Amino acid sequence: MLRVISANRALAEAVKLARPKVVPVYPITPQTTISEYLASFVADGELKAEYIMVESEHSAISAALGASGTGVRVFTATSSQGLALMHEILFAAAGLRAPIVMGNANRALSAPLSIWNDQQDSISERDSGWMQFFAENAQEALDFILQAYRISEDQDVLLPSMVCVDGFILTHTVEPVDIPTQEDVDKFLPPYQPTHSYLDPEHPMSIGTFTDPNYYMDARYDMEIAMEGAVDVIRKVNKEFEEVFGRKYDLVEKYECEDAEIILVAMGSICGTIKAVIDDLREKGEKIGLLKVISFRPFPREDIYNAVKNANRIAVLDKNISMGIGGVLFNEIKAKMDVDASGFILGLGGRDVPPEDIIRIIERTRNPTDTQKINWIGIKEEE
Amino acid sequence: MEIPEEEFLAPGHRGCAGCGATVGVRLALKMLGKNTVAVSATGCLEVITTPYPETSWKIPWIHVAFENAAAVASGVERALKSQGKDDVNVVTFAGDGGTADIGLQALSGAMERGHNLIYICYDNEAYMNTGVQRSGATPYGASTTTSPHGKESFGEDKPKKNIPMIMAAHGVPYVATASISYPEDFMKKVKKAKEVDGPAYIHLHQPCTTGWGFDPSQTIELGRLAVETGSWILYEIEEGEFKITYRPMQRKPVNTYLESQKRFKHLKEEEKDRIQEYVDQVCAELKI
Repeated sequence: MLRVISANRALAEAVKLARPKVVPVYPITPQTTISEYLASFVADGELKAEYIMVESEHSAISAALGASGTGVRVFTATSSQGLALMHEILFAAAGLRAPIVMGNANRALSAPLSIWNDQQDSISERDSGWMQFFAENAQEALDFILQAYRISEDQDVLLPSMVCVDGFILTHTVEPVDIPTQEDVDKFLPPYQPTHSYLDPEHPMSIGTFTDPNYYMDARYDMEIAMEGAVDVIRKVNKEFEEVFGRKYDLVEKYECEDAEIILVAMGSICGTIKAVIDDLREKGEKIGLLKVISFRPFPREDIYNAVKNANRIAVLDKNISMGIGGVLFNEIKAKMDVDASGFILGLGGRDVPPEDIIRIIERTRNPTDTQKINWIGIKEEE
Repeated sequence: MEIPEEEFLAPGHRGCAGCGATVGVRLALKMLGKNTVAVSATGCLEVITTPYPETSWKIPWIHVAFENAAAVASGVERALKSQGKDDVNVVTFAGDGGTADIGLQALSGAMERGHNLIYICYDNEAYMNTGVQRSGATPYGASTTTSPHGKESFGEDKPKKNIPMIMAAHGVPYVATASISYPEDFMKKVKKAKEVDGPAYIHLHQPCTTGWGFDPSQTIELGRLAVETGSWILYEIEEGEFKITYRPMQRKPVNTYLESQKRFKHLKEEEKDRIQEYVDQVCAELKI
């Protein structure tokens, strides 16, 4: 059924269809409407779940982890400061191999205080052991939630997932979304059956024990193996998703990459703007392409390389910055493959990125002055 | 009172000789029984009972972090409810640091939300796991590594934070104080906590041989002295009704309690007098 809704609504609809048993949440702009939609679904009996209105994001993820420990499907959602407050427990959730799925409404981190979009919040949790999937639009927000449960709950993965949606740009903007039927979702996503870690008085086990140097590192190694292996699981789940719902996904999306001389690499809603710019430029004969990174973790190294290796130059767009070295996606791509790339920082704290900025990026990429330089787009002093 | 023989906390853990915390957990689990899930905060208990790949817990047990045990327990409780397992007891064990300090927010939230869980704070009056640093539950005059006595200090300069009363202010159906040295009193309270529908909070006073500085053979004796001197008072608040559950026949001088521990050894007479005055005042208010 096609409905015109926001990404937050689409995400909440996906959660309802996924039938989690426990939903602990704490409201924060611009995630708040997710908390509200889920509360109303539970209040109306549309979602049979225990909704826990906790007193902080720290407790939201803690309660989610406790609930997941009993072997049920859980959901939580947050944004920015909330995600930062969860930081400690994000690592615990991944380390305890809890297949929690979380929605994150991407928002800048304070200070200065900003409620507007960038991706610094989730990017800053890149080392937590969570998978991260970035949505370009409301449809993807919905679809990625359903896929995230399948991927996280896969017995070869058992790592939590974060579905990232750009604050306001997606969370509060309405667009047409195809909401699947419960029947189809049940087919794609059956109830979660934990196999080896859950709290049950009939089978007592201790979860979250204290390890000495003989054990800790091996547990971390196992997580890395699971994270790397998740690449294949994602492909499998993408395929099954297409079979049921007809929408095709991959770890990356290639848009006009085939013959492109310059390829832009980006994540999230900005890809919509880039696609529009590319369409215009293609009409003028300019060979520009976009590589949209959907899965930031696991990092689809080969997919990215294969997509961009034939381009003359690439531009990596980051709505985040690791101070002193530049955009995280840019630096990870540079670290993992031999490509001729320029890095751009843009859209921080909701700074608008109009099509002209994309054109400016393409020009600067075509004629680079210093490829080590951190290129800022949209700084007032520069204009 | 009949005390069940079955043990749910196995021996062989890494607790110090004379550990009071494990005595408390053993007694509590005897009353709660097999059909129980335990949640621990980071701390002595967690570290000594679960050195991977070993565990002392014969019931399902989970630990996540220091400050969030009540939140984890909230999730466990609701998740069990969602599966129709309403009959499973959910019990949280957290130390005084994990309760009075870093875990207070999560605890307050859980109490306010009305989860059907039992929260037992094992109070040894400082951060013992990391080597005796002060907590909000450290008593007046105690010397710890972060409230040391010295030329210009007599040790901890604030009285113990009154957590059980803060819990009572949440309006939860059951709040009690207890001591490992009064096992029947404690176990009766655990039984009530188990039977109550909603949150139950028990603040369990528990001498620590290492942190307080006394011979490991004296753990139970020290707990008794705390109560017999009025330094720790045993009561319960059931549906808002306050009741003293144990009255010493004749209160002993506080000094008998203080002088048997290294942490108070430095106190001068005037400081001890001040502590006695404080105890007298509290006991007068409670008619002990």
